[in-house]
Amino acid sequence: MTAEWVFVYDRTWDGLLTAVFDAYVRRRFPVALLGEADTPPLFVEVHHVVSDDGKAGRVGDALQRKLSPAAMACLSGSLYAGLPALDMHLFRYVCKALEAAGSIEANYADSDVRFVTDTYRKVLRERLRMMQFVRFQKTADGTYFAMMEPDFDVLPLVVPHFADRFAEERWLIFDRRRRYGYYYAGRRAVRVTFEKDADIFRFQDGRLGETMRDEDEAMYQELWRTYFKAICIRERLNPRKHRKDLPVRYWKYLTEKQRGGGTKK
Amino acid sequence: MKEDTFRKLKILAESAKYDVSCSSSGTARRGARGGVGNTVGGVGVCHSFAEDGRCISLLKVMLTNFCIYDCAYCINRRGNDIPRATLSVSELVELTMEFYKRNYIEGLFLSSGVVRNPDYTMERLVRVAKDLRTVHRFNGYIHLKGIPGASRELVDEAGLYADRMSVNIEIPNEGSLKFLAPEKNHESVYRPMRYIQQGALESIEERKRHRHAPRFVPAGQSTQMIVGAAGETDRDILSLSAALYGRPTMRRVYYSGYVPVNTYDPRLPVPKQPPLVRENRLYQADWLMRFYQFRAEEIVDEAHPDLDLEIDPKLAWALRHPEQFPVDVNRADYEQILRVPGIGVKSARMIVCSRRFGRLTGYDLKKMGCVMKRAQYFVTCGELEAKGVNELHPEGVRALLTQPGGRRKQPDGQLFLAFGEEPLHGGTEK
Ligand code: SF4
Repeated sequence: MTAEWVFVYDRTWDGLLTAVFDAYVRRRFPVALLGEADTPPLFVEVHHVVSDDGKAGRVGDALQRKLSPAAMACLSGSLYAGLPALDMHLFRYVCKALEAAGSIEANYADSDVRFVTDTYRKVLRERLRMMQFVRFQKTADGTYFAMMEPDFDVLPLVVPHFADRFAEERWLIFDRRRRYGYYYAGRRAVRVTFEKDADIFRFQDGRLGETMRDEDEAMYQELWRTYFKAICIRERLNPRKHRKDLPVRYWKYLTEKQRGGGTKK
Repeated sequence: MKEDTFRKLKILAESAKYDVSCSSSGTARRGARGGVGNTVGGVGVCHSFAEDGRCISLLKVMLTNFCIYDCAYCINRRGNDIPRATLSVSELVELTMEFYKRNYIEGLFLSSGVVRNPDYTMERLVRVAKDLRTVHRFNGYIHLKGIPGASRELVDEAGLYADRMSVNIEIPNEGSLKFLAPEKNHESVYRPMRYIQQGALESIEERKRHRHAPRFVPAGQSTQMIVGAAGETDRDILSLSAALYGRPTMRRVYYSGYVPVNTYDPRLPVPKQPPLVRENRLYQADWLMRFYQFRAEEIVDEAHPDLDLEIDPKLAWALRHPEQFPVDVNRADYEQILRVPGIGVKSARMIVCSRRFGRLTGYDLKKMGCVMKRAQYFVTCGELEAKGVNELHPEGVRALLTQPGGRRKQPDGQLFLAFGEEPLHGGTEK
């Protein structure tokens, strides 16, 4: 009886490609892929995948010959969902793609292709929501600051958008749940973290206190709230659609959903 | 910016809110050194949603709500005793820039009441756009209203700064328009529309020769019709829409259920509620024309001049044409599959892509997002299948699909979604 194998990897794209490489070289295909923090089940053999540029590159090159750039983006992008259920689908998708004569990316009847494609779609939707719902506040030193808590770890995916849009500003977007952010001051955005007791964490809704914000900041927030109220047609109130398009879990950081008056410090 | 700005912003947003178009679709423009902003293209980005469920993408505001005209359906008509205000160019520019930098908006949608004369008004709109683009290097989205009766020169200048322009038809029937808005006629609306079209087409030609020739309303134009103010049929509305979509540069026709703003005017109906279901059906019909390859005459005709309020227009068409079904999903053309109730653009594309790899089953269809509750009566995939529209007869299927509880309806009678899914790139506008 042959033992069942479980692979443990770092949940990165390179890690996944390395896992595929290892599987082919060792002729052992895993029944499950786990993250490094997961506990492997009993009675299985465990292989620890060590992400390797060389191995990943070789699988990546082979894959590129089989799939369109859009499909490649879909595969690597789906990982941003951080869904444990994704791992095996992704692994099998890569193997099938390598073995097939032509591209399998359009075969939505295949459950792996479908799962990965749907997951990527969810990632893109969350990315879009960040493009929509990030709200900047101008700080006393002129930096634009935003706090957010996306469902998935999509901050790195929206940084290029904001770097293009606000190329001349200094800004900082911070993911409160994952405790890191990106700071941009011309040219390049850099990943930053704060100490636990940094000032901004004192504000539940990420709102800057009076001493930290630009003197006109409160006024513009209030103007925006004024506009938000005025633009609604009362005769057409549709709370259900409102909540569907603007899910309640995003309200916390939305200026137009915050109470007026500003946070006193 | 002071107290007064709050008052003005409130008044002028309230005056602008009945114009329903507010999308930032259609232009993709990267940020530029020394400038602020970009546009993302595609369907654009909604930054928020008002409590009436409408997308807030642009700062939609009027430059002024003073107006020399007296259009019966408009809140800003000169005869109304409402608070009036005018925002200065600098106030508008500042609001736009500050809102934009905070990521509240994609840009500005500026319209205006007519003051003095159309050209005087148009010129002021142009000045705001010009200031944003040239002085403030604003690269975000700008939608400018074309004022009926404005001159070609001003429209030409506006087109250089705006991503999109719109001139509203408001009333699809010329006779009714003259009745309700004596100072307007269709020609005064169509003329600026033509200027926009000409400007855009000339710029496209020019850009073939010189890559750096300026773009002219790259996101084309749109218009709006008010629904339920003048006794027009859906056929009147949809045939006009079809004709408009037939013109180059016309990207969107919006439908705005008449909100009874001037209840005292005997020329207008006084509905208890805006005709929201009808408006929704018109949007669905519009989608059928833009993404599902339907012609207006297939959706409404002499025998059926108005859309069925109980069922969506695609299902209505299918029930009138049982001879077109069942559609074999493993064989039929994409166009035929698109016509199946319960199958949207996205699913139809998936079906044609996937069936090359193997036979599709009902299970696959479901997994691809088809709404089988509807589609089941209209498709076959070579399995043992339930009865279709021909066995059950159209009336039977209709009864099954409109049973109480069988349809998602909001308590207040507002219907929710178009066809349960949107086209993959809702904005594949071209
Ligand atoms: S011209 Fe425009 S703003 Fe003036 S009354 Fe007519 S619709 Fe209203």
